[in-house]
Amino acid sequence: MKFSKSPVLAQAVPAWRARMVLVVLLAGFLTLLARSLYLQGFNNEFLKVKGEARYERVLEVSATRGRISDRHGEVLAVSTPVKSIWAIPEDAKLQPAQARDLAHLLELDGRELNRKLASDRDFVFVKRQISPDLAEKVAALNLPGIHEQEEYRRYYPGGEVTAHLLGFTGAEDAGQEGVELTFNKSLSGKPGSRRVIKDRRGNVVEDVESIKPPQEGKDMTLAVDDKIQYLAYSNLKQAVEQNKAKAGGIVVLDARTGEVLALANLPTYNPNNREGLIGAQLRNRALTDTFEPGSTMKPFTAALAIEKGNYRYDTLIDTAPGRMTIGNATIHDTHSNGLITVAQVIQKSSNVGAAKMALSLPPEAMWTMFDNLNFGTPLKLGFPGEVGGRLRPWKRWQAIDQATMAYGNGISVTLIQLAHAYLAFARDGDLIPLSLTRVDVPPQSGKPVFSAQTAHEVRAMLEMVVGPGGTAPRAQVPGYRVAGKTGTAHKLEGGGYVNRYVASFVGFAPASDPRLIIAVMIDEPSTGVYYGGEVAAPVFAQVMAGALRTLGIAQDAPVRPLQVANAPAAREEM
Amino acid sequence: MINTLRHLLRRLTDPIDPPLMALAAILLGISVLVLGSASPDRLGAQCINVLAALVVMRMAAQIPPQRLMRLALPIYIVGLTLLLAVMEFGEVSKGARRWLNLGVMRIQPSEVMKIAMPLMLAWYFHKREPLIRLRDYCIAVLLLLAPVVLIAKQPDLGTAILVLAAGFFVIFFAGLPWKIILGLVAAVAAAAPMAWTVMHDYQRARILTLLDPEADPLGKGFHIIQSTIAIGSGGIFGKGWGQGTQAQLDFLPERHTDFIFAVISEEFGLLGNLVLLTVYALLIGRGLMIAANAPTLFTRLLAGSITLIFFTYAFVNMGMVSGILPVVGVPLPFISYGGTALVTLFLGIGILMSIHKHRMLVQK
Repeated sequence: MKFSKSPVLAQAVPAWRARMVLVVLLAGFLTLLARSLYLQGFNNEFLKVKGEARYERVLEVSATRGRISDRHGEVLAVSTPVKSIWAIPEDAKLQPAQARDLAHLLELDGRELNRKLASDRDFVFVKRQISPDLAEKVAALNLPGIHEQEEYRRYYPGGEVTAHLLGFTGAEDAGQEGVELTFNKSLSGKPGSRRVIKDRRGNVVEDVESIKPPQEGKDMTLAVDDKIQYLAYSNLKQAVEQNKAKAGGIVVLDARTGEVLALANLPTYNPNNREGLIGAQLRNRALTDTFEPGSTMKPFTAALAIEKGNYRYDTLIDTAPGRMTIGNATIHDTHSNGLITVAQVIQKSSNVGAAKMALSLPPEAMWTMFDNLNFGTPLKLGFPGEVGGRLRPWKRWQAIDQATMAYGNGISVTLIQLAHAYLAFARDGDLIPLSLTRVDVPPQSGKPVFSAQTAHEVRAMLEMVVGPGGTAPRAQVPGYRVAGKTGTAHKLEGGGYVNRYVASFVGFAPASDPRLIIAVMIDEPSTGVYYGGEVAAPVFAQVMAGALRTLGIAQDAPVRPLQVANAPAAREEM
Repeated sequence: MINTLRHLLRRLTDPIDPPLMALAAILLGISVLVLGSASPDRLGAQCINVLAALVVMRMAAQIPPQRLMRLALPIYIVGLTLLLAVMEFGEVSKGARRWLNLGVMRIQPSEVMKIAMPLMLAWYFHKREPLIRLRDYCIAVLLLLAPVVLIAKQPDLGTAILVLAAGFFVIFFAGLPWKIILGLVAAVAAAAPMAWTVMHDYQRARILTLLDPEADPLGKGFHIIQSTIAIGSGGIFGKGWGQGTQAQLDFLPERHTDFIFAVISEEFGLLGNLVLLTVYALLIGRGLMIAANAPTLFTRLLAGSITLIFFTYAFVNMGMVSGILPVVGVPLPFISYGGTALVTLFLGIGILMSIHKHRMLVQK
């Protein structure tokens, strides 16, 4: 008998038990199979879609921001590729030596690095915007959980020289100030998108297809000339330092095209490293700060008096005894000039003379002229914070208001408005709009403010200012005829005038056929010298000389002997 | 010369059961194939594990059941002692105390119990034959519960379940009366709420997760959601070897160990699962055949228990990966990466082979 057939053993595992086991096994296998069929046969499409949702991503492909260059193609702002190092803290379990190496490479504090890597977030930036070279060294360390991504960083080769003009970009590469903000839309382009496969850690494993190519940002060419800009900035800086001034501004315009060839302010900042930046450095003063211009307004009064009143170039005005009382206020000249012509009122900068001319004119005519010169409304160049200054409605003017406005008190302007208004004299009495971008086809003529005849006459008066007996012989440029006007204004503080000054000079050259207008403003010179003719005029002269040479503009005067420039200048009136 | 070699080869392969070996080899082949896709850099290590496991199998196949019987009690005692030692001196890793560091090597005593348990109980019932009383079942249950409780407290629910199952199979085959089985079922049902209160938080969470994985898709439900997506997106024919996006892109957790079934399902589809289940079914069938033909109660109980353990492994693992059972740490038998489980499983295969080879010896 076979052993296995022994009755004892045959009963050890009764038949029903064996059958039950088989049934259970069968049930188990069928359950698994049914589940498999359910998931893979019936729910397949749904789960496939969910699976794809886990690895397919649509990535935004950022457009490269356009370059900004000067009128000759010199690069002023460019986006350069940089890398940012980021980490998945959960994965970044570094050995102490590895952490030390990383901190050393990235110039980070070891404790700060550890704190970042101990974060319970899924994603932390370890260091942003480092050079590709450095990123390569970090990658060579081959650390777990440490990753890098490509970004763009805006670089401004001109640094603080072009800071206010260009502004800068902030997070997400968006323009925040200056030209970067004004032309942000066209500079930034439109981002495109790509479909990619990413793994769980977010690494792109495969690039599937491009859905929409990015529309690259447009490059733009500014009107600015980087040589003139540098000249303007460095001379302004020197003057602000020499005169221990609080601030300063300079604007250089092309009289034929209205292009802004240079624009600089002090204090300034380095747009490439904006750490510790304060508000005062950021202010684009030439556009956002108004000041009472003072005597630089007198030429407008004279021009209007010639056009609308009974004055001519050589009409005599009695300015003796150097003061004049209107109501209960008195207007002063520094000393009595006696009987002088209209031209001499400008040359000597007589307040009394200017006031007398103004009082002969209807207030409405004066207001209309100021309005035509764009005082009181912003120029709308597109810069942030651009203001229009204060021009009260003529109906509320008192006689004294009209008299003081004749020499630039009781009205406020920005430096760029002032420079722009002088276009009327530099051109044939008409005004054209300013342009930040290069103008290839100059406008033939603009909005007429004065007649050509008047403009030429005022130009001649302004030449006298720079000549012997004028207030600004230091504005002379050898080889060129220069025209301009000084301004020295008390600052307004808390409703009254204080003994702090804004010194300014606005002028153009060559006077025979004006090409360049330069306006200089020095805020609060504090070494005791504060006249526009002494503080601002030299800056004008240096920048003008350099700019005329740079542009290769033909000389219109013999090189004058220097002693003329060194002769004592007439003091202007305030 | 050739004869000598042939002789040697025969001596070497003599105790090996060809059908069992062939089926195990197919599973190993699948393992190598899938690991080659899921985690190629672990392939070398797994090959070494396979070699070690095969050596253990060959050695076990050589040992006659009579000697195994003599070893049953000592192995059980040693195993229990080691489990107690783990409680006292064990190393804590990932919140569980499972390993014992013996200086030269680290061992996981609970693993020993997977074989020691059926060995011990089969031996016990064999000794009590032919008159097995109710008292014997009670003692057997105590012998079973002692190590199971120790393992469950480590905590290692997966191994505890496997050891419990191994012991239960022996008791069941030994003829546990119907009434007691029904009583046990009732007791388990009654104890379930109590078990809930003594369970660890993470164990409770796993059961809740099974009921509603979407409740916490990034946390505890993550594994289950990812694996069902992987399985489902495989479809009927699968995405092809190395093409499983969920596995290859790292969305599938533990894809070389406990969740390897999801990789198979994703890359080889329903068809692949069918093949896998068929091979398991045949392997288990062969094991049951060996049990049915076993000459003594001891060998019969042992073979039956070992075979059903293979099934339990496979069912629990695939059930949890496909989302019908809670997540417990049970690998897919013969396929998941890892040496310990593989050695234990092949020890079982070796014992089955030994039982089969020595089935006639008693008669002589």
